[in-house]
Amino acid sequence: MQIFTCPFCGPRPETEFHFGGDLGNARPEGFRAVSDDEWSRYLYHRRNEKGAVREVWMHMTCGELFAMERDSVTMEAAPGHALHGDAP
Amino acid sequence: MTRRYSAFSLLREGLSGQKGWEPAWRSPDPKPRYDVVIIGAGGHGLATAYYLAKNHGITNVAVIEKGWLGGGNTGRNTTVIRSNYFYPESVALYDLALRLYEGLSRDLNYNIMLSQRGMLNLVHFPADMEMAARLTNAMQINGVDAELLDRDQVRAMLPIYNYGPDARYPVAGGVLQPRGGIARHDAVAWGYARAASRAGVDIIQQCEVQDFIIEGGRCRGLHTTKGEIRADRVGMAVAGHSSVMAAKAGFSLPLISYALQACVSEPVKPILDCTVIAPGAATYASQSDKGELVVGGALDRVPSYGQRGNLPVLQGVVAGLIEMFPIFRQLKLMRQWAGIVDVAPDSSPIIGESPLPGLFLNCGWGTGGFKAIPAGGTLLAHLLATGQHHDISRPFDLDRFANGRLIDEAAGSGIAH
Ligand SMILES: Cc1cc2nc3c(=O)[nH]c(=O)nc-3n(C[C@H](O)[C@H](O)[C@H](O)COP(=O)(O)OP(=O)(O)OC[C@H]3O[C@@H](n4cnc5c(N)ncnc54)[C@H](O)[C@@H]3O)c2cc1C
Ligand SMILES: [Zn+2]
Repeated sequence: MQIFTCPFCGPRPETEFHFGGDLGNARPEGFRAVSDDEWSRYLYHRRNEKGAVREVWMHMTCGELFAMERDSVTMEAAPGHALHGDAP
Repeated sequence: MTRRYSAFSLLREGLSGQKGWEPAWRSPDPKPRYDVVIIGAGGHGLATAYYLAKNHGITNVAVIEKGWLGGGNTGRNTTVIRSNYFYPESVALYDLALRLYEGLSRDLNYNIMLSQRGMLNLVHFPADMEMAARLTNAMQINGVDAELLDRDQVRAMLPIYNYGPDARYPVAGGVLQPRGGIARHDAVAWGYARAASRAGVDIIQQCEVQDFIIEGGRCRGLHTTKGEIRADRVGMAVAGHSSVMAAKAGFSLPLISYALQACVSEPVKPILDCTVIAPGAATYASQSDKGELVVGGALDRVPSYGQRGNLPVLQGVVAGLIEMFPIFRQLKLMRQWAGIVDVAPDSSPIIGESPLPGLFLNCGWGTGGFKAIPAGGTLLAHLLATGQHHDISRPFDLDRFANGRLIDEAAGSGIAH
């Protein structure tokens, strides 16, 4: 069992967490002006990098979204930190 | 040198000390240029090379593999073969594969040990029988064999399941695809490799593709650990590493790579003669010819390139197995492993030309691409030879994510694999 660290609740088992996608994948502005390709990139395309990754996760037991830096090969995970509505 | 495998050649070699067998495939050094180069010597890459030669007469072909052939997911999967999908597009694809599998041992002159022992999807509750009837009807309308079974019919087929009054995952019925089953995974890779090598295809192992040669906005070849290899058409079938390669080619893909685990028990006498999945338990099992129970379940939900699984899912799978079959409680597990699978948002594969002209994709098979190998090879070969989609691959183009025509089999057939 891997331990991830929620910035609000502390270290908890991996089964309490849900992957929420790439950090910085902001919803495109401009609704109708946004092209199909841009929507597709926002909705479906993922960086899916091998090695260092920066992701959004949800701690399902407290319901909070937060940012986490991990390594997708070694699976090492740094403690998560809170999002401030200005996610890079 | 003995080339053809037959009862006669077995007898002759047996009498002459097994000295005359030709190696199953050549291991040449790469040439500087080919007509077509394929990245990845898994089942899909090797089958592509074979069908380029067989269906299109293109034999100046290389398959480049960073490890050993068949050492990726093809050699790590639980070998379930079936075409019990919901949408017509999927059935056309997976049943093409199943039909090709049915003639493959003869076609390749290599025994792939196809065993069409039946694929049984259990249904736990009476209300779920409605969805089961819908899937059965869809399969029949799409021209695929399917039978809706009631509880007694399941019980006659699968007597060792837990039918007790306090069973956690009771049985209301099942959907059976009699033509479904298993095959020997290594034999599929080795059989295609041998047949392709004989047709003139160079299989280059221990050679990693590091980058693409891009000239005039087109893919013109590859930089590899064995030097530059040029080709005007490049196919890519690298499963869990598709996004990594795509980033080198300058585009992204709608894929996430996850670890998918499986495990096998110690070998026991024949006790389970079909392939069975219990959706409630999120566990499926079959018994190999050696007698081991081959068991799998859901993905590890943490994106990973680590090629090893984690405990929570394994625990769930084993708990599911012994809940389904209490008689397996005393079995010992022998091995556990994982492969990195590339999962698309609609659980369907991606086949077609990539955003980099000259580079063609075969990826997104996720947890279920072993059963599709003959079709994936046929379709990628068609693309590489003609530059055009085959009718069956057209719906699976990357453009479906922009035009919204997703083929959502996770919702359609409700099957994760
Ligand atoms: C545990 C498990 C159970 C499964 N069970 C089933 C099942 O029951 N039924 C089913 O239908 N499917 C199943 N699957 C899925 C199935 O295994 C895959 O979809 C299928 O094998 C993919 O085949 P492939 O040829 O595309 O990929 P692979 O066999 O993974 O081949 C890709 C190859 O590309 C090579 N490669 C990657 N990067 C490079 C590079 N840069 N240069 C050179 N070579 C490179 C890799 O080394 C690898 O050999 C399972 C998968 C797993 C992991
Ligand atoms: Zn929390």
